[in-house]
Amino acid sequence: MLPLRSRILLAAAAILMAGMFVFPIWSVALSAPQYPEGLAMDIRINTITGRTPNDLGNINNLNHYIGMKRIEPDTIRELRLMPYVVAALAGLALLAAATGRRSLAWVFAGCLAVFAVAGLADFWWWTWDYGHNLDVENAIIRVPGMSYQPPLIGTKQLLNFTATSWPAAGGLFAFAAAGLTGLAIWFARTDALRQRHAAAAVAAVTGAERVA
Amino acid sequence: MTSSRRTRWHACALAGLLVAAAACGPARPNTSMAGASDAANRVYVAPGAKDEFYAFMSGGFSGQVSVYGLPSGRLLKVIPVFAQNPENGYGYNVETKALLNSSFGNIPWDDTHHPSLSQTDGAHDGRWLFINANNTPRFARIDLATFETVETIEVPNTGGNHGAPFVTENSEYLIGATRFSVPIPQADVAISDRASKFKGTISFVKANEAGKMDIAFQLLVPGIDYDLGRPGKGPSHGWAFFTSYNTEQAFTKLEVNASKNDYDYIAAVNWKALEACAAGGKARSWPARYAHNVMSHTTHQATTEFKTAVNVIDPKDCAGSIYYLPTPKSPHGVDIDPTGEYIVGGGKLATVIPVHSFSKMMKAIEEKAFEKDVEGIPVLAYAKVMAGEVQNPGLGPLHNEFDDKGCAYTSVFISSEIVKWCFSDFKVVDRVPTYYSIGHLMVPGGDTKKPYGKYVVAMNKITKDRYLGTGPELTQAGQLYDISGAKMKLLLDFPLIGEPHYAQAIDANLLKDKETKFFTLADNAHPWATKREQDAGISRQGKTVHVKMTAIRSHFAPDNIEGVQVGDTVLFHVTNLEQDWDVPHGFAAMGNWSDAELLVMPGQTRTLTWIPKYPGVYPFYCTDFCSALHQEMMGYVRVSPAGRAVALQANVPRPAAAPPAAGKR
Ligand SMILES: [Cu+2]
Repeated sequence: MLPLRSRILLAAAAILMAGMFVFPIWSVALSAPQYPEGLAMDIRINTITGRTPNDLGNINNLNHYIGMKRIEPDTIRELRLMPYVVAALAGLALLAAATGRRSLAWVFAGCLAVFAVAGLADFWWWTWDYGHNLDVENAIIRVPGMSYQPPLIGTKQLLNFTATSWPAAGGLFAFAAAGLTGLAIWFARTDALRQRHAAAAVAAVTGAERVA
Repeated sequence: MTSSRRTRWHACALAGLLVAAAACGPARPNTSMAGASDAANRVYVAPGAKDEFYAFMSGGFSGQVSVYGLPSGRLLKVIPVFAQNPENGYGYNVETKALLNSSFGNIPWDDTHHPSLSQTDGAHDGRWLFINANNTPRFARIDLATFETVETIEVPNTGGNHGAPFVTENSEYLIGATRFSVPIPQADVAISDRASKFKGTISFVKANEAGKMDIAFQLLVPGIDYDLGRPGKGPSHGWAFFTSYNTEQAFTKLEVNASKNDYDYIAAVNWKALEACAAGGKARSWPARYAHNVMSHTTHQATTEFKTAVNVIDPKDCAGSIYYLPTPKSPHGVDIDPTGEYIVGGGKLATVIPVHSFSKMMKAIEEKAFEKDVEGIPVLAYAKVMAGEVQNPGLGPLHNEFDDKGCAYTSVFISSEIVKWCFSDFKVVDRVPTYYSIGHLMVPGGDTKKPYGKYVVAMNKITKDRYLGTGPELTQAGQLYDISGAKMKLLLDFPLIGEPHYAQAIDANLLKDKETKFFTLADNAHPWATKREQDAGISRQGKTVHVKMTAIRSHFAPDNIEGVQVGDTVLFHVTNLEQDWDVPHGFAAMGNWSDAELLVMPGQTRTLTWIPKYPGVYPFYCTDFCSALHQEMMGYVRVSPAGRAVALQANVPRPAAAPPAAGKR
């Protein structure tokens, strides 16, 4: 059985993951001399939206100069899958918390780790693809050797635009959920060890008695 | 004023130099800034910083309104109102042309005089700006979210719409008065029959709802000339006041013949009484023909409705609706102080500034203290309504604005100065020269219940040696004075557009968060709007060819057009697909002799009429440097001789095949 504090932590992780349905997970902001007010897009669990209603359209319009594909949220398969994956993970966490079964906690932690690594890798790959697979034939601006992949985290100059990418509230919740899960597992392990030591001590005592 | 200066005044007046008085007036240094660096600091708005006030200056004979920032005096925009503006196609293109429609046809020019900001409870509310057309009497409404003219209405039975359009304290009405009396209704009569056949009108135009301006009623008044007007406020709300001149009813050489009487009148009009009379069936519906033009921000088109009747009220049918207050010597301006108690005349040929009291006026009306009547209109006894006379105001006092401390600022034309005096004792406390021949003046909020009392702007007719010369035609100009202290201080000279008559200024905070940045494309209901490139195209209706075209950085779709023939009229309906601030596209086609260019705002549709004269291939291009590839934003239209069978075609891009890459990767 999982110790109580691990079960509470796992339940909290599930609740934090629910926040990913409400808040954007990642944000990419762009600013340029012509855009002092900035343009930004928010990557949400199932779509990509502009910070203002027209930001995404304006980003796409600007991207046509460098031959970048239009960002069409409806065509991005990951965004269709992600709500189910996150819901399943959160469900798993809740199940582990409710039943207190150690195996479930381990399965959940493993899945979460895989999801986090795969998600970040996929996001990186996605930005690499958009930044590198340009329609060079029809690109209006061609700078030899230039690609337009925004950073995963941090700031990068892309021609006249400064691109800044950071996890947004939903992403921070996901990291926090991962942290809580780690903590839950750690508590589960230490408690188990402590119990095993206690059991061993008891066994030693009773064994000694028996011998005696 | 020192006695030696007073002697100078009298000498000037006696010398009859009233008109060419630039040489008279007080001796003055060429600049009177209290310290140039101090003044520079007061008007310096650092690069990137913003002004404190929007000032709306009438363009006078330019027919426009110009928008300046104060205190910097920087020009922000010219809003075309009653004149065509080739710069953005206003009044040329199909959509905006109707705003210039009148019963006389489409009029390319007029003369704007008095901007008036909408009010709620006697203070600026930042909804609209109104302005008059003086020549062919009309009013316009400018939307202060888009800074565009959105409505115009013609005023029938009026000759010279000068005493207008001053707004009542809750924007119920715009008031207007006929400057030149004329036969009403118009008729073919001898000009020498002026006294018996000419009449005047005072108009009240409903203004409180956008798109619904309407002549509520007109008061028929004796055929003298009515100059300027102001509605009352506070206790005098419900009344409006109009100066008059030419009570002599002269019809030739007015400069002499209309200046004989010692007293003309300020007409006090009780519009609440007129409202009641109109509601009680006392108004008569007279035939009239006038245009009402409304711009829609959904169809992006202006439409015209011709109206055929107007409500006219004869004062004989509405007792108590109008009184005359005797006022010295052809008064020009009439201004109501912030409390609504004082009615200040601008006796342009008078040696005093006459100030009437509203409460005294009401008492005199109650006591029937009438000197006489004019065509049945009671004339109140001057001594019974007068609150005070400001002595030694200078030569030719015209207009008054007010501060928040109980003082008035009077523009004085002939002696070319601003004179400050206070209601506490009606004594002049300060005077500063203006350069030169000031007409109106303006304190931000200075005609409302809540003046800002920081600055006064002089609007000068003559600038002579103030700027680099530009040949015979010189700029007219504004001058900004600090009035926050006891003494007025000149801070800044700045040139203005056309002839600045009156101006109004509003706290920038009331406007800056409500501006429209672009029109929403999805809401564009223009019948020829094109919302996606693939919907662009070309079609023919007899000799008319419609081109549905889109513009987005940095191309038009289509950009190759064939099948047009000499004798066709081509209508380019250009929709700007951008949905971003500050990205207009322009459009002009070589030889567009019947039109100016188009300047199309994001989300908007505008139509250029192009009538080719000769066969050939003609370029069209974007005229507003929109992007790095702006030079590439062009296209060709091929024109064939009449009758040559060239297929009608336009190279409209097909929608890209379902995007393969993104989904599959
Ligand atoms: Cu352009």
